[in-house]
Amino acid sequence: MTSIDKTTNVPAPRAASEGTPLLEVRDLHVEFHTRDGVAKAVNGVSYSVDAGETLAVLGESGSGKSVTAQAIMGILDMPPGKIPSGEILFQGQDLLKLPADEYRKIRGSKIAMIFQDALSSLNPVHTVGAQLGEMFRVHRGMSKKDSLAKAVELMDRVKIPAAKARVGDYPHQFSGGMRQRIMIAMAMALEPDLIIADEPTTALDVTVQAQVMDLLAELQREMNMGLILITHDLGVVADVADKIAVMYGGRIVETAPVHEIYKRPAHPYTRGLLDSIPRLDLKGQELYAIKGLPPNLLNIPSGCAFNPRCPKAQDVCRTDVPVLHRVTEQDGTELPGRGSACHFWKEQIHG
Amino acid sequence: MGRYLIRRLIQAIPVLLGATFLIYFLTFALGGDPVQALAGEKKADPLVAAMLREKYHLDDPFLVQYWNYLTGVLQGNLGETLNGRQVLDLITEAFPYTVNLAIVAFAIEALVGVTAGIMAALRRGKFLDQLVLLSTLLVISIPVFVTGFVLQLLLGVELKELGFDFFPVSFNESDGFKAYLLPGFILASTSLAYVTRLTRTSLMETMRADYVRTAVAKGLPRRRVVVNHALRNALIPIVTFLGADLGSLMGGAVITENIFNINGIGGLIAQAIRLDQGTVLVGVVTLLVLVYLLANLIVDLLYAVLDPRIRYA
Repeated sequence: MTSIDKTTNVPAPRAASEGTPLLEVRDLHVEFHTRDGVAKAVNGVSYSVDAGETLAVLGESGSGKSVTAQAIMGILDMPPGKIPSGEILFQGQDLLKLPADEYRKIRGSKIAMIFQDALSSLNPVHTVGAQLGEMFRVHRGMSKKDSLAKAVELMDRVKIPAAKARVGDYPHQFSGGMRQRIMIAMAMALEPDLIIADEPTTALDVTVQAQVMDLLAELQREMNMGLILITHDLGVVADVADKIAVMYGGRIVETAPVHEIYKRPAHPYTRGLLDSIPRLDLKGQELYAIKGLPPNLLNIPSGCAFNPRCPKAQDVCRTDVPVLHRVTEQDGTELPGRGSACHFWKEQIHG
Repeated sequence: MGRYLIRRLIQAIPVLLGATFLIYFLTFALGGDPVQALAGEKKADPLVAAMLREKYHLDDPFLVQYWNYLTGVLQGNLGETLNGRQVLDLITEAFPYTVNLAIVAFAIEALVGVTAGIMAALRRGKFLDQLVLLSTLLVISIPVFVTGFVLQLLLGVELKELGFDFFPVSFNESDGFKAYLLPGFILASTSLAYVTRLTRTSLMETMRADYVRTAVAKGLPRRRVVVNHALRNALIPIVTFLGADLGSLMGGAVITENIFNINGIGGLIAQAIRLDQGTVLVGVVTLLVLVYLLANLIVDLLYAVLDPRIRYA
């Protein structure tokens, strides 16, 4: 599969009005109680994903994107982590109120996760066959032999050559791309309804990145799964995502359907991100960078968390926390799915 | 694997030779007089002394004596003591007691240590964890001869007076397994504390590993996460320690064997040093070096079983 037909195959986003969404996160807060104080990693995040839809969560390190995902999976270290408020509705059911054992049964079978570094995320002392088969043995009660046959099937499905011969190999005997395919196979094993991919291609080299993303998109289409793609790679996002949520300082600062955000960002942070992509037609010029550092989560700036780094910050930005405004055209017609947590979103998008 | 094994066994030969030479040299350099030691307090009879010196070549130069010893060993003769006992016989008599004691101690150390370590690691910072940390610190800091005598008194004497006769005060072969229980525990105590702490730290570290997070995300029950995914990886440093410790349990039982009157290798070493019996000392210590070498080899082979990333060619 080439990268050209891939973009044309992106499934059309489903309308959010088809009843309850597959996953809905409502006003989620996560904090970590450390020796130095309380680090507020996530401060009121809300987003939703439908079946067959891809939501890309974008943001730099420490913006809370991975923590949100871990909270959904229920794999946060608690303590020190704590979820003081918020709801995570999966198929209408609040996961945070579920008994531990029922939550565990959902993990892996209904919601699965793909991690960034496949080498450290796979157990070095078990064969990949055993690790893949474990899903069937634990969740489906299969025998060792049947589960191994299933593992071979899965490895074939993620296009690992000579799957039957390699099912008894250990993770370190595979290349980086193949290992990430195994991670994907493990997440897909029980055909979950939702997959969370936490920077699935960051540890891979560029050519392999495209292959792995293609595979992920293909399997997602086949099984009509919801996908939350956590990344800081804007290029990857443009190819596979349906909609985007940009996070900064534990908040969502902008939401938009995928292609609109590239044309007209409605938040200075998104603008900065887009401007810092190297471009061939601007070769030789200095590359733009957002000045300053990400906020200290122990002491998030008052008002808009982005204000110390924002080129357009005014007094109101230092005092009032901006809500996620609905973004409209200049004449007032609504732009569906767009929102911006900037006091000056109008100037940003129309100025 | 087979080649690796053969290479390791060949490597053991110079190590053993070096060990015998070093020990032989050290006992020679000590300069004690075995003939006088044999006579005890009173002056040795010059005639008998001269005869013994002649018979055991005690006046020969060091290298000649060592050469005689070595050629003897190669013919299966470990030499004899001045009172005419074969060193080989002394060792074969004492060795079974020490081996039994070491096995009991090793089993206690591995089972109790690893179990306590796991429980402490999984309840980090809780009461049980604190209790384990405190008690292991206590055991490590108190010398074995103190714990030995105290436990002998409490469990061997006091408990018996209360009617529970589980721990014989003094070793008696007819008691069978029971006779080794208390001495084995005392011999194991320090290592037990180390194994517990090592298991605790090692498991706590692997519980933070990415692949354990993956195992949780796969929806595995906690027990499976801990045993199949974390513990398997955490065991590697513990096995190293246990393997090396098997050797010291054999050789380091001098105090414990003394407290409980067990006529094992430890007692033999102590006696040989007291009586300047160089040949006995060299024989026993060489045997212990051999045990160490074998234990290390087993540990190295176990690595490959525990961690598939390690392969020997």
